[in-house]
Amino acid sequence: MSEKLLEIENLYVEYETDEEIVKAVNGLNLIINKGETLGLVGETGAGKSTTALSIMKLLPEKVGIIKDGSIILGDINITKASDADMRLLRGNSISMIFQDPMTSLNPILTIGEQISEVLELHNKEMKKEDISKRVDEILELVGLPKERKAEYPHQFSGGMKQRVVIAIALACEPKLLLADEPTTALDVTIQAQVLEMMADLKEKLNTSMILITHDLGVVAQTCDRVAIMYAGEIIELGTDKDVFESENHHPYTTGLFGSIPDLTKATKRLNPIDGLMPDPTDLPIGCAFHARCPKCMDICKKNKPKEIKKGSHMIKCHLY
Amino acid sequence: MNTPIIQTKNLKKYFKTPKGDLHAVDGVNVSINKGETLGVVGESGCGKSTLGRVLLRLIEPTSGSVYFEGNDITNYDKNQMLEMRKNMQIIFQDPYASLNPRMTISDIIAEPIKVCKTITNKHEIENKVQDLMETVGLAERLINSYPHELDGGRRQRVGIARALSLNPKFIVCDEPVSSLDVSIQAQILNLMMDLQDEMGLTYMFITHDLSVVKHISKEIAVMYLGQCVEKATSDELFNNPMHPYTQALLDSIPIANLSSKGNKKRIIKGEVTSPINPKPGCRFYARCPKSKDICLAPDLHLKEIDNNHQVSCVLYD
Repeated sequence: MSEKLLEIENLYVEYETDEEIVKAVNGLNLIINKGETLGLVGETGAGKSTTALSIMKLLPEKVGIIKDGSIILGDINITKASDADMRLLRGNSISMIFQDPMTSLNPILTIGEQISEVLELHNKEMKKEDISKRVDEILELVGLPKERKAEYPHQFSGGMKQRVVIAIALACEPKLLLADEPTTALDVTIQAQVLEMMADLKEKLNTSMILITHDLGVVAQTCDRVAIMYAGEIIELGTDKDVFESENHHPYTTGLFGSIPDLTKATKRLNPIDGLMPDPTDLPIGCAFHARCPKCMDICKKNKPKEIKKGSHMIKCHLY
Repeated sequence: MNTPIIQTKNLKKYFKTPKGDLHAVDGVNVSINKGETLGVVGESGCGKSTLGRVLLRLIEPTSGSVYFEGNDITNYDKNQMLEMRKNMQIIFQDPYASLNPRMTISDIIAEPIKVCKTITNKHEIENKVQDLMETVGLAERLINSYPHELDGGRRQRVGIARALSLNPKFIVCDEPVSSLDVSIQAQILNLMMDLQDEMGLTYMFITHDLSVVKHISKEIAVMYLGQCVEKATSDELFNNPMHPYTQALLDSIPIANLSSKGNKKRIIKGEVTSPINPKPGCRFYARCPKSKDICLAPDLHLKEIDNNHQVSCVLYD
C-alpha cells in the first residue's frame, strides 16, 4: 500500500459568532496517500473549503475554531503547530490554489515578483540569479512565456491568471496541494487546458492533491479517490470506481448523480433531491440527510449512521 | 410548419470602445418556433448575453432587425415597446443582483403588473401574486419576506415568477441556473420545463453549460466571438458536431463517468481572441486545428449542410 501523507482524524470545526455557532465540519476522517488525487465533492456549505482551510490553518481568527480532532502531515500535528511553524509549512509543504484567480493575485506586483516571493521566503540562502532562473522554469512549466514575468495580473486573462496562481503554489514543490475549485471560474475549453496541465504537473512533481469541486465531471476525469461531503461529514468515500461504477451508494450520492443532465442519454426529467441543506447552526439529530432522503427509515432520525467499509469503499448510511 | 415567434435578421451590435468597435453580436440570424427552446452556448465574451438583450431591445441593435410574430419591432417607440414587453420577458443570471433588496417578494412579483397595468384591482393583483408563487413553488409564508431572507434557489424562483407575471409568450433565460448548486439547479430546470409544457412558453436559453443546454433545448446555436458558427437540433449537434470549435467544446466537457477517463482529448490551444476590430474571415482561425489559408477569405455564412444542420466553416463548402 502506498505511503500515508496526511491523516485527518475526527475533525470538528465550528465558526463561533456572537449570535450563533455554525457547525461546519463534524467528525471528518480522511487519509491522503503520497501522489494521489482526492476529489472532495459537495454542495455549497458542505464544509469542503472549511476542511481545506483547517489543513492550512487559515480559518478566520477567533471565529473559526478547530474543536476536536487532529490533522497530521508527515510527523507534524497541524492542529498543535505554532504560527511560526505553520508559516514554514505553508507554501513549502502545503500549498493552496484558490477558486478565484482574479482576486487571489496582488494587482500591484508583477507576476514574477509574486512567484519569487514564495521562493525567497522559503529559501533564505538562495541567490537572486538562482531565484530568477527558477521563476523562468516554473513559468515554462505552467505554459506561460517567461518574457511576460514583468507584467501585472490585469494584463492576463482568467485562464492565464490561474496558471500564475498554480505556478506560485508549485514553486517550492509542495508535498500536498489543496485546490479549491481551481477551474470553476473558467470556461470549459480553458478548464480542460488547466486540468490537463495540473494532471501533468502532479505526475512530474509527485505531489498529492485534494481537489475541491462540485463538478462530478471534473472529479471523474482527474481523481484517484473521491469523497462526498454533506453537512460537514464525509458520507461516502472510495476509489473512482467505487463511487462512479459500484451499485451501492449513499442516497445523497445517488441524488447528486440524478441532478446532472446526462449527455449520453436523453432523459425527460431530472431526479433532483427535494429540499435544501440542513441549517448548520441547527443540525438534525441522527443522519444529517434524513429529512431529504427518499429511503429514510425510523432509525435514521434517531441514530447517527456509522462508517461502513467494504474494501476501499465507505458509506455512512443505515441502509448498509 | 410553425411560424417563428421571434426571428432576427442579420442582427448586429457593436460597442464603441477607445480601441475600436467591439463586435459583440455580428450578423446573427436565429428564429425560434412557438413552444420550443433555442439553446445558445458559447464561452464568456462570445456575445450570448448581448444577443438576448438585443432581442428584447434592452440594448439597441446597431443594425439588423428583430421580428416578433412577424412584426418588425426594431423601430417601435417607447409605448409600443411597453406593450410588446408583455409578451417577452427575461430571467437573469444572478438571483442576488437582479432582485431589489428593499422590496418584498410580493412587490417584486407584482411590479411588472403595476408597470404595464394589466390588472388594476389591488385585490386581484394580490391573488395573481399568490397564484404565481404557487406555480413556481414558493411557500405562501414568504410573501412578505425580503430577498436577503431567501437562498439562491428560492430567489431564482422569484425571478421566474416575476417573468411570468405578465403571461409572456417568450422568455429569454440568461444563465438562470449557473449560480446554483446542482441539486437546486435540477429543481429549477424541472420547474422551467413543466412551465413550458403547461403554458406553451418559448424560451431562448443562454448558458455555457453544455449538458444543461442539451437537456432543455430542441435546437442549439453555438456562438463564437459574436457569430453563430453552428446551429442544429440538440441530438444532431451532440452526435455529429461539424464545426471544429463545436467539436473542441464538446470534447472539453468533463463527463461524470469513468469510461472516457484517460482518453486523449482534442483540447484547443490558446484563448479567445479580442472581439475588437476582428480580422475578416473565420474568427476561430487562430485556434483552429484544421485551419487553412482559405479560412481568411472574407465571407463566411451559415450553410445548410443537412436538414436542420447549419455550419459556418470552409471545410464543408
